[in-house]
Amino acid sequence: MRKQSPVPTEFDQPFYDACNEERLVIQHCPACNRFQFPPRTMCPRCGASNLTWQQVSGRGRIQSRVVVYDSPVSALIPDQPFNVATIALEEEPDVIMLSHLPGVPVDAVPIGATVEVIFETTPATGQKVPEWRVVG
Amino acid sequence: MPIPIAPHSWHRNREGLGIWEGRGKVVATGVGTSPTARRWDEKPETSLGALTILAIRRAIEDAGISPDEIDGIVLTPESTTGVSNDPNSPAPEGWSDVFKMVDYPQAGITRGDIDWLLLNMPELKNVQFKMNGPVCMSVAFTTAAEAVSRGLTGTCLVVRGWHNLAGRYYVGQGAAARDTASGPGKYGGIWGMPACATTAMIFEEYCNKYGKNHDMMAPFVVEERRNGLMNPDGFFTQHRPEMITVDDYLSGRWIAKPANIYDNDLPIQAALAVIFTTPELAKHHKQKPVYILNHAQTRPELQGAIPTLAEWERSSDKMGRMLYEGAGIGPEDLSFENMYDGFTLFHQFHVEGLRFASRGEKRGYALDLYQTDISIEGPNPVSPSGGNNGNGRTRWWHHRDSILQIQGRSPSQITRPAEYGVSGAHMPNFCDALIWGASVE
Ligand SMILES: [Zn+2]
Repeated sequence: MRKQSPVPTEFDQPFYDACNEERLVIQHCPACNRFQFPPRTMCPRCGASNLTWQQVSGRGRIQSRVVVYDSPVSALIPDQPFNVATIALEEEPDVIMLSHLPGVPVDAVPIGATVEVIFETTPATGQKVPEWRVVG
Repeated sequence: MPIPIAPHSWHRNREGLGIWEGRGKVVATGVGTSPTARRWDEKPETSLGALTILAIRRAIEDAGISPDEIDGIVLTPESTTGVSNDPNSPAPEGWSDVFKMVDYPQAGITRGDIDWLLLNMPELKNVQFKMNGPVCMSVAFTTAAEAVSRGLTGTCLVVRGWHNLAGRYYVGQGAAARDTASGPGKYGGIWGMPACATTAMIFEEYCNKYGKNHDMMAPFVVEERRNGLMNPDGFFTQHRPEMITVDDYLSGRWIAKPANIYDNDLPIQAALAVIFTTPELAKHHKQKPVYILNHAQTRPELQGAIPTLAEWERSSDKMGRMLYEGAGIGPEDLSFENMYDGFTLFHQFHVEGLRFASRGEKRGYALDLYQTDISIEGPNPVSPSGGNNGNGRTRWWHHRDSILQIQGRSPSQITRPAEYGVSGAHMPNFCDALIWGASVE
């Protein structure tokens, strides 16, 4: 699918650079021992700003799904209807990422299945972004 | 001078705070509602600003007071969740013939503005307290409740208007039409979810956990439209007075399955003003005073790209406990619930957090409740206002109706006595809510 290319900023460059190296790196709050995504300037729980970037396993579980029939994003409209699933990361299931689950037919999303991260190149700039594939 | 928002210390966002210090010190009296429209026709006299002025004048008249008595305004400046003009784009031709202008050219067009209102409402000459309640009118209500209880204003307008410009609300607009993505939307937005999809995702998780399904929403959605069609001020009554059926709902086109077109509220233009005051000052107001017994706030924990069912349940449970603690009542005391419904698929998270009409169940019972009598005539009136779904997107019909129910003059008046009610918005993990009561006893 022709995703929009996210434009990195100085602040979230470590996440996007890692994506281009096909590594999943997200923020971690040492005080709370808690991961978070998307990147933020501080930990929403304790307010700490000394967040670190840490590579995670890239494994997760499909938590839920919708089938999009009416997307606001122009570039994705030709692909409707399409799946969007929530992926709960293995390290911390409250950290949720989104996925189109490439290759999984609409209405056939296996809730609870294990997934692993892959990286998809977005056409406008070549920036890679995390995607997920079912492994079991 | 920039208009402030409530200091953080005004928030009631944790348990253990005890009975609210303002309980018994604040009441609502007059209510004023503008006409509704599907979209703005670009005439000054039908603008967001014009509708807001009309709503304020109606609220003052409804309370039977003089505009001189108004000494405070709390307003929600955001007037859409969809498309706005560029903040610096000039007002349309003819605008300055009708309205005086402030520095901000979109004031009264795509943004509410207290100074613009005061400039164009010379009768409001004694306003000394001005505060914004950002994002949601629920925030304006809880801010005004604190302001009156703290003696910062005696007779305070609470105000929110909505604009809706031509074109589709989100689809292919602005950032969504580009081939790159910037700003916070880039982390999740590039997956192309419409606004209702986060709610649909968590609703799906809820159904999987508790063995429910989307069809079970039909009685709620139909009942809300019925309630909305009793309201002469609602959009559907004024412009599309047609009832919907269970079959309509079950065959509605999908937006983000399991959310269909009927699970999405319809953007409109409309404005509401409500008068908050003290019980003492309310003695000469024409309308029965409705006490604010407590208010509370929840805010997102923001750990993932979207929230989880677990977060929505934790957060709405906490809201229920905080509200009851500060009001000194329990779920069994509620005569009705008017929690937010735009989107319909999250209403049950609010209902369950409040344990409304629970028979001992904690979670997973609301869709079963929807299969019972939830009408205004029944024992457990669910969303008697009809909400956004029955009246159009405003995020305030439910607050307005809570006041009118307790005053005994709601167009969809519940049959059982309306002693205590609750209303709040918007998301289950991002909510300002209030308990309303006929008395403080
Ligand atoms: Zn922390």
